[in-house]
Amino acid sequence: MTFPLADVQIEALAEDAWLLRFGDTIDADVNNRVHAAAARLRANLVNVECIPAYASLLLRFDVTHWLDDDGRFCAERLQHVIAAAWNASSSTETAAREVIIPVWYGGDAGADLPEVAAHARMSADEVVARHVAAIYRVAMLGFAPGFPYLLGLDPALAMPRRSNPRTSVPAGSVAIGGQQTGIYPQALPGGWQLIGRTPVRLFDLAAASPSLLQPGDHVRFRAIDQREYERLAALASASA
Amino acid sequence: MSVEVIKPGLLTSLQDAGRRGYAHLGLGRAGAVDEPSWRLANALVGNRGDEAALEITLAGPTLRFQQDAIVALTGALIEARVEGQPLPAWSTCFLPAGSVLRLGGMRHGCRSYLAVRGGFDGAQVLGSRSTDLHAGVGPLHGKSVQSGDVIAIGEHAPAPWFPHDRGVQALRWGLDPQPWLDYAREPLALMRGHHADALDDASQRALFTQRFMVSKDSNRTGNRLDGAPLRLRQPLELISEATLPGTLQLPPSGQPILLLAEAPVTGGYPRIGQLAAVDLPRLAQRRPGDTVSFRETTLDEALQRLGERDTSLRRLLQRIEQRLESA
Repeated sequence: MTFPLADVQIEALAEDAWLLRFGDTIDADVNNRVHAAAARLRANLVNVECIPAYASLLLRFDVTHWLDDDGRFCAERLQHVIAAAWNASSSTETAAREVIIPVWYGGDAGADLPEVAAHARMSADEVVARHVAAIYRVAMLGFAPGFPYLLGLDPALAMPRRSNPRTSVPAGSVAIGGQQTGIYPQALPGGWQLIGRTPVRLFDLAAASPSLLQPGDHVRFRAIDQREYERLAALASASA
Repeated sequence: MSVEVIKPGLLTSLQDAGRRGYAHLGLGRAGAVDEPSWRLANALVGNRGDEAALEITLAGPTLRFQQDAIVALTGALIEARVEGQPLPAWSTCFLPAGSVLRLGGMRHGCRSYLAVRGGFDGAQVLGSRSTDLHAGVGPLHGKSVQSGDVIAIGEHAPAPWFPHDRGVQALRWGLDPQPWLDYAREPLALMRGHHADALDDASQRALFTQRFMVSKDSNRTGNRLDGAPLRLRQPLELISEATLPGTLQLPPSGQPILLLAEAPVTGGYPRIGQLAAVDLPRLAQRRPGDTVSFRETTLDEALQRLGERDTSLRRLLQRIEQRLESA
């Protein structure tokens, strides 16, 4: 099932899907290169879905598009395209887009901010200052539609998940889970530490592109107060 | 023209071939779990092929047709009556306006499909009328069918198949469900997954010899398989990567989960196998309490069987079309 290809491991996951594995750890450099390669593959392959994760990329294709005249699957042609895309990609390529997300930190919006501050041995203000200072990258979306797993968290803010997950985390909650930060697009059960909430809708079925964030996007947070949160939330629900 | 839901049944939802192109945003395909049955139901009513049908789980709904309708039932053989008169499965049937179709239980299998000529015209969401129950995305607000729902029927050309009698009736020919239903309980073909080697020796053997039982906690996301727990030699520290329908993953409990149409797009559990796609509908028809066992297959064999299945499905779809044209 596996074919060696330079530093890429290709696994035929299913009849219509190949998993390209570039590593087995969560590593920002590897993830950068995953997104760079994904962009090239999307540009070069028609009718192929390209689904990035931390250190891997799933290609899902229509088998009938990749059969030769004898009905045999053209594995070598696909491998060639993958190798070219990976070799042309580097870990220093930056994202095409940066999205700025306003967040009301603490208070009712971020019930776990005091615990995160205590765990990090710093003030809540310092936690917020460090959280807004970083530039994050959407490593992948998953768990729920539009849920971004963001790499780039200040290591001092890392904190294990709650031992008792909440049965419902409010939509828009900005949270820390281990070395990562993320945003709950809708009310969901969840075990991450809640530090704030954004009024921005992350997943909107009526939008031309339903997810505010795409894999590989850069993300920055901007601190807002409760009044600004409520103003923006009212605008968002008026336009919905 | 529409259908009114009087009783929803156990779990009934609108499904088509699924929603493609959003997995990178965290939204999977959903769609009919027994795709050939869904396709054949559409074909039997003369639909183009991508119309939504009702996927019915274990116990069926009661529906009132407000207009004349041409319908077909496929998948698991389900008890179906209109005003006390039984309706044959895997056949093209005519229901006059006002008919109340009462769908009951199924003795074997888990899912039936009800197609209507014109298709159930729920709102398209991101290019599909499939319902992702887990994500809450799809027609009917992303939910299963509820009592009181009124589902439109899509526009369609009149069919000349039932010119005389205006009562409930069926065409005299139907399909043989035998090739499409698996009551034989044959082992399902499984490719070894990336982490199969990490199972301990006994579990590697057990994977292909044990009889698992489909747990009652199964749903469209996956069939949970109960049995003697499978164990890894040592715990694996894994990072999330893509998962697919057909992926057999192993949570720490040791009871594997075989993912179905609503598979999460990523997961961090060890992947110990991948079901041959051709056997996915057979798995989807196993109900809680049914047994599941696996035999080992290769990608080449899986591709070959899938090709053969697609060829015979395509031929059958053509034959149905020709037969309806000449009827």
